[in-house]
Amino acid sequence: MTSMKRRIFLKGSLATGAIGMAVSAGLITPRMALAAWPKEAFDATSVDSAVSSLFGSTALTGSDKIKIKAPDIAENGAVVPISIETSIDGVESISIIAEKNATPLTSSFVLGKGTESYIATRIKLGKTGSVIAVVKAGGKLYSTGKEVKVTIGGCGG
Amino acid sequence: MSSIKMRATLGDNGVTTVKILISHPMDTGLVKDKKTGKVIPAHFIQEVVCEHNGTNVLTAEWGPAISKNPYLSFRFKGAKAGDAIKVNWVDNQGNSDSSEATIK
Repeated sequence: MTSMKRRIFLKGSLATGAIGMAVSAGLITPRMALAAWPKEAFDATSVDSAVSSLFGSTALTGSDKIKIKAPDIAENGAVVPISIETSIDGVESISIIAEKNATPLTSSFVLGKGTESYIATRIKLGKTGSVIAVVKAGGKLYSTGKEVKVTIGGCGG
Repeated sequence: MSSIKMRATLGDNGVTTVKILISHPMDTGLVKDKKTGKVIPAHFIQEVVCEHNGTNVLTAEWGPAISKNPYLSFRFKGAKAGDAIKVNWVDNQGNSDSSEATIK
């Protein structure tokens, strides 16, 4: 049953464009919050400039308290599952940076008060390189990287 | 049909796990349409906001490097079974959608 639903869902996703149009026709409300979207950080073409534009500092402290779960070899760079977990106290945000992407910053997650320091998502990787997790806690920046090898052929590595 | 599929489950340890799947093309603006040779314009979700009882539990700022049909999972404390959790996304073309789920 579950797999059946998944089929339907995938089919539905093909029609996303049409849905988007329908949504924009009816449900759009102007949102001030979007002004906060850090365009400069997402447009930045190096890890350093992305970090400094997002946090105003590039002082990253390496930490073994951050665990990145990602495949060692990603057969399809378009869908790379990543999860990040940290035992650092007072985490304010978790950002995921793909070192070798044209624009390295992939995403930034701001956590609420009761939210655990855990995030899982799927990202695109242009080529083999480090995936860097930057954790902001108590005004300081901590980071850890993990190398992910991207194979393009799709026949494994 | 909503573009959002969401499930929120309360564990024995009092931690709620939320899993969200959104159907969205997440076009980077770098890819050409194979048929027409034209560049497909960037079209990606920029912000996803999750609320529990009106309190923000997670704000995700995304760039185009999040995979097509994005998946997101996170955990938070302080919820009871039956509570509502709400999610809302906005993309760079001004589209948006929201959905609500009950924590089980």
